[in-house]
Amino acid sequence: MSTQTLIYLFVGASFALYIGIAIWTRAGSTKEFYVAGGGVNPVVNGMATAADWMSAASFLSMAGLIAFSGYDGSVYLMGWTGGFVMLALLLAPYLRKFGQFTVPDFIGTRYYSSVARTVAVVCLIFISFTYIAGQMRGVGIVFSRFLDVPINTGVIIGMGIVFIYSVLGGMKGITYTQVAQFCVLIFAYMVPAFFISALVTGNPIPQLGLGSTVNDGSGTFVLQRLDESLQMMGFPAYTDGAKSRIDVFCITAALMVGTAGLPHVIVRFFTVPKASDARKSAGWALLFIALLYTTAPAVAAFARLNFNGSVAGTPYAEAPGWFTNWERNGLIAFTDRNGDGVMNVANGDPFTGTPAFAPGVGPSGERLVSNPPLPGNANEVYVDKDIMVLANPEIAGLPGWVIALVAAGGLAAALSTAAGLLLVISTAVSHDLLKSTFRPNISEKNELRAARIAATCAILVAGVLGIYPPGWVAQVVAFAFGLAASSLFPVIFMGIFSKRMNKEGAIAGMVAGLSVTFLYIGWFKLWNPDASTADDWFLGISPEGFGFVGMLVNFAVALLVSRFTPPPPPEIGRLVESIRVPRGAGEAHAH
Amino acid sequence: MPEDDARTASADAYWKANVRLLLTLMAIWFAVSFGAGILFRDALDRFAIGGFPLGFWFAQQGSIYVFVALIFFYHWKMKRIERRHDLDD
Repeated sequence: MSTQTLIYLFVGASFALYIGIAIWTRAGSTKEFYVAGGGVNPVVNGMATAADWMSAASFLSMAGLIAFSGYDGSVYLMGWTGGFVMLALLLAPYLRKFGQFTVPDFIGTRYYSSVARTVAVVCLIFISFTYIAGQMRGVGIVFSRFLDVPINTGVIIGMGIVFIYSVLGGMKGITYTQVAQFCVLIFAYMVPAFFISALVTGNPIPQLGLGSTVNDGSGTFVLQRLDESLQMMGFPAYTDGAKSRIDVFCITAALMVGTAGLPHVIVRFFTVPKASDARKSAGWALLFIALLYTTAPAVAAFARLNFNGSVAGTPYAEAPGWFTNWERNGLIAFTDRNGDGVMNVANGDPFTGTPAFAPGVGPSGERLVSNPPLPGNANEVYVDKDIMVLANPEIAGLPGWVIALVAAGGLAAALSTAAGLLLVISTAVSHDLLKSTFRPNISEKNELRAARIAATCAILVAGVLGIYPPGWVAQVVAFAFGLAASSLFPVIFMGIFSKRMNKEGAIAGMVAGLSVTFLYIGWFKLWNPDASTADDWFLGISPEGFGFVGMLVNFAVALLVSRFTPPPPPEIGRLVESIRVPRGAGEAHAH
Repeated sequence: MPEDDARTASADAYWKANVRLLLTLMAIWFAVSFGAGILFRDALDRFAIGGFPLGFWFAQQGSIYVFVALIFFYHWKMKRIERRHDLDD
């Protein structure tokens, strides 16, 4: 069978599986729709959380980012896993004991204030939509490269699939679909990694292969070989990176705290039967996530090694097949600055932004690019970092079914995260806004209908974002984590660990943390991107890492304001005491 | 009521034990990631395990293994503390 047939087969079979599960696990009540009935086995929930959490960014982009940034890529590895320790130890069991449906539920009740609840809902909706836009781009990339359909058609197919199982099944349908998606995505990630590790180092376990010697009899270690070849081309060493220490520190911290504050992850821990299950479930989730996250740095290093070997310094006429395949999709470009027909790779960008292709071909047969070359470096090759994982099986010359598997895995990663996000958005609208704020007497049947309508609207908005990606999408991913870190995490944490924290402190903290982070990221990313250099940053902290500073501001303001305002009423003290002990959690309930 | 007082005292002792455990585990969490992987990386990079400079290994591999172990240890230890204070679920 041809690779193309295999791709249709694998992707089609996985889609059929997801829809089958969705029909089998339809939600019949709001409790099933919001928290899957509250009786999900902690290991199953851990697996669903892993799929929910690992998005198109983890599956497609992360290894590519690490491949081209070396040590600096560690911020994603530590940041996106370390947050689960904070979640399991500091938040999840207590929120489960609290026992309602949503994060704004907790904030609104603990701080006895509908203002606090509304601020939380606004943060949640903004964070989730920013995130969804990224998933849609992932779906579009996979479809356009592997299924030969236009990106827009791909996005519409993807939306249709998510629509079926999230509107029909709610949290219950999503949970069991995500279990299937986790299996597909982890298998799709590991198989090529085993092959490539064996090919490069002779050791098939990628985590060990990364620390082994290159399989060419030279006795040189993989990382040593990478350092040497990169330094020869004028790059910093792979194991050194280029970011300042304070920036690495702050980005890691912002990603960790942001992870712990992401509503679509937190809400997964409302679905297990007991408070202690929330801890156990977080452990399993991180174990499943760690499988991919400890493999990714190995995949990254091997990909960079292969790239250096087969592209850098090779004449375009002898470029490998995958190179020209991706050039056809516009995600790779070669601009022959010095006219020697050789693909020279050096430190720096060949031109600004993404390639704008001109009609016709150059002297070596390459697609012509109309972007003016960026002076000051000799680099001639543009690579979209998102393609490294997808191109890897082709780069390593693996059989067609592995390529088909990776296509299905990328779609599983993007769709599972999109579904989880759509669910928190629809819950926020139907439960937190409609039921808790505007129409407390709404019947369960109508609330469930409202949740389904809200999910449908959210899918349509996400689809529009995927088809007409606003230029700012890639620029504002920092927003999602920065805002989660600076707004939601501190108030939830203080709501559990401090009995004295009152509504004035919490609201002032959220507003202060949110505003400084919003203004800082907005200034450097949207309104004045030219000024975004390390010299202009506050203490050298990039916008990606500023969520950490925003978190500190939130804590400081909240503690200060709460000292000068009246303490919370006595029933709040009793509420905090009751969420601190695990006994008597029962199932999640409506109030 | 004396019964209530006993229950409150037990809950207080439980909470103190929990916070103590949290402080220890969060200190380890900080040490392996921000410590070994970022702040003291250069010093650790002078040592190697296999082909990994040690600081680089903590940043891209080791810290993640420790994170997983921390959560499972916390789960196990808390179960014991909860049973001792008769507050388990």
